[in-house]
Amino acid sequence: MRFLSFHFSSPFIPKLCLFYKIMGTNMISIRNIVKQYASQQALDDVSMEIEKGTVFGLLGPNGAGKTSLIRIINQITAPDSGEILFNGEKLTQKHIERIGYLPEERGLYKKMKIGEQILYLARLKGLDKQEAMRRIKYWFVKMEMESWWDKKVEDLSKGMQQKVQFVATVLHEPELLILDEPFTGFDPVNAEIIKNEILELNKKGATIIFSTHRMESVEELCDSIALLNLSHKILNGKVKDIRNTYRNGTYLLEYEGDHRAFDGSAPFTLLSETHHDGSHQVKIKIEGDKKVNDILQYLLPLVAINKVEEIVPTMNEIFIQTVSKSH
Amino acid sequence: MNKIWLIIQREYFSRVKKKSFLVMTFLVPVLSIGMMALVIYLVAKQDDLGDKKKVEVVDENGMFKNKLKNSGSIEYSYSSENYTNAKAGLPKSGYDYLLYVPASVTGVQLFSEKKASALTIQNIQSALSDIAQSQRLLSAGIDTAILAKAQKPITLEAKQITETGEKDAQTYVAYFIGFISAFLIYMSLFIYGAQVMRGVIEEKVSRIVEVIISSVKPFQLMLGKIIGIGLVGLTQFVLWIVLSLVLSMGAGTLMVSKSSGNMTEQIAKAQGATSAQMAQVSTNAAQDSGIGKIMKSIESVPITYTILCFLFYFLTGYMLYSSIFAMVGSAVDNETETQQFMLPITLPLVFTFVISMNFIINNPDSSLSIWLSMIPFTSPIAMMMRIPFGVPAWQLATSMLLMIMGFLFTTWVAARVYRVGILMYGKKASYRELAKWFMYKE
Repeated sequence: MRFLSFHFSSPFIPKLCLFYKIMGTNMISIRNIVKQYASQQALDDVSMEIEKGTVFGLLGPNGAGKTSLIRIINQITAPDSGEILFNGEKLTQKHIERIGYLPEERGLYKKMKIGEQILYLARLKGLDKQEAMRRIKYWFVKMEMESWWDKKVEDLSKGMQQKVQFVATVLHEPELLILDEPFTGFDPVNAEIIKNEILELNKKGATIIFSTHRMESVEELCDSIALLNLSHKILNGKVKDIRNTYRNGTYLLEYEGDHRAFDGSAPFTLLSETHHDGSHQVKIKIEGDKKVNDILQYLLPLVAINKVEEIVPTMNEIFIQTVSKSH
Repeated sequence: MNKIWLIIQREYFSRVKKKSFLVMTFLVPVLSIGMMALVIYLVAKQDDLGDKKKVEVVDENGMFKNKLKNSGSIEYSYSSENYTNAKAGLPKSGYDYLLYVPASVTGVQLFSEKKASALTIQNIQSALSDIAQSQRLLSAGIDTAILAKAQKPITLEAKQITETGEKDAQTYVAYFIGFISAFLIYMSLFIYGAQVMRGVIEEKVSRIVEVIISSVKPFQLMLGKIIGIGLVGLTQFVLWIVLSLVLSMGAGTLMVSKSSGNMTEQIAKAQGATSAQMAQVSTNAAQDSGIGKIMKSIESVPITYTILCFLFYFLTGYMLYSSIFAMVGSAVDNETETQQFMLPITLPLVFTFVISMNFIINNPDSSLSIWLSMIPFTSPIAMMMRIPFGVPAWQLATSMLLMIMGFLFTTWVAARVYRVGILMYGKKASYRELAKWFMYKE
């Protein structure tokens, strides 16, 4: 069972939390991180747990502190206070080789040949030359980049450069992969290729921290998320659980028959309705502690039901709702 | 450590493999030796190369008749015309000058259509004076032998007393070596320092810096870059020194064998010597002036000592300045923004260079020279200017020690600013901002 603590958790969750910490299933534990830049607070007492083998979405509007947090995990900058555990150990320089980082602001040496460049970056991550060469060949075949070895970065298109950068990020097979907006700059075809590569790496055991604004990819990829806003963590948990707590008993109902069949005695309120060729679509909100079954019981004698579907808010809606509430 | 080594390798090979590096390495010594050879050649041949000036001599006294020697650029002919006719006929006579000597030999005049060149006037004047002087002495009853003895010039031999004994104190060679080494240090600090700065800006602008410092510490990246580019500079200098020595040895032997005889004659002529002097001058010149002597005294300078000092001051001076250049590079987003930070870097360099060329070279042991050769920011240039003139060991040791402390200090300061600066995109950096970055905790 995977799990992350969130502020609306039920009473037994803290105990589980403790249990998982002892088991060491957290790839990254972020504890009370504070980071202050000269003029502004970047992170204010932020804590979160990132479970091993999961895809973790780090979300938030621009300037929320995502990049600051990612830089701290990468040890590019250090926090003013608080600590980070990598696999249960205090994060130090020796962990650098086990982390892969694709920054949002990407770049490569423009005048350097692709092959030499990837080799250089891989060796900086501690791979020896032979091993690096072997893996580069593997990835070049896999990503259909074989003919690029002697090309210079400036001769490649933006999308091709992104591909090179992605390969350079994952070549040393990091246990933790930090991807900041990995899909920007890719056309849909290549974005799909990269997405599948990310999922495959995840399947092989890599933990992935994934920072993005694209909420549809969050729902598709992430197991858990944390939402930062104005240097605070305002939402954290499993995607499924978060969406569940944002359920408000709204359903979509499609039926045939007399659309005026139900009246004020119905166990729900009508939010909206559309009618089309005898087929009717309505949005309803269930009252009190009634269940879907109660509604069906009420409706069955009256109309022919084609579809009942719960409307769960999307991550996008939750994102907007939570962020605007916290302002 | 292993990672710094990787960075050094990349910085080094990505530059050394460039075509421009090869071109610079081979072209510079060939060009500079070629230039020197050309200058020496032109000096030696200047009389032959210039136009011959024809001078018509109207000598009413007869003192100079057939005594003025034609020199390389002046040809005398003696006219029987009287002064007025000759003067009137000058434009059509085919002569460039008319030299008029009145019977009294006072108020000698030189006429020409165009303005006479200063050199011509001087040459004719000294030729006339020499002859007149000899003539007057002769007519006063002094015989030629005594005259020749009296006119024998004195040559001054500069000797330096050192612990190992006497040696020639050839200041013009010291001049030359001091000038060249100070100039090379001055140029190279700018050239390689700017390369470091451009490298840092390139990494920052292309954003690769964030990928790299997720693998290595910013300090490692900065140091690797500085050392890598420094080694490029060192490679270039070693190649230049070797090539220059080989080429100048070759050119030197060629010049000495071909032109030393020629040269002495020219020097004597240029001095407007009389025939009596000529013989003596040329015997002296064969020993004392001439390219042969210069080449010999270049060889007598402690080459290894000078080169080692040069490499030391190049490396430490480079480390000192390039770390500041790296700091500036980390603070800006493009090269045009570097302007505001460049003045404090260039000012001490330009100042020392100008002072070196005008003051230290003439007063290598004055207290200003000694102070400038101690302060780390100015000592690479100032000390290299002094070294060929001889520097006491304690001064050299103090200067070197201060130099090492200096570059450790600037590297430390620069690294603290650099680690913050390289991650600051699109922020207009000011001195106050740099100070703030310096103060940031780890």
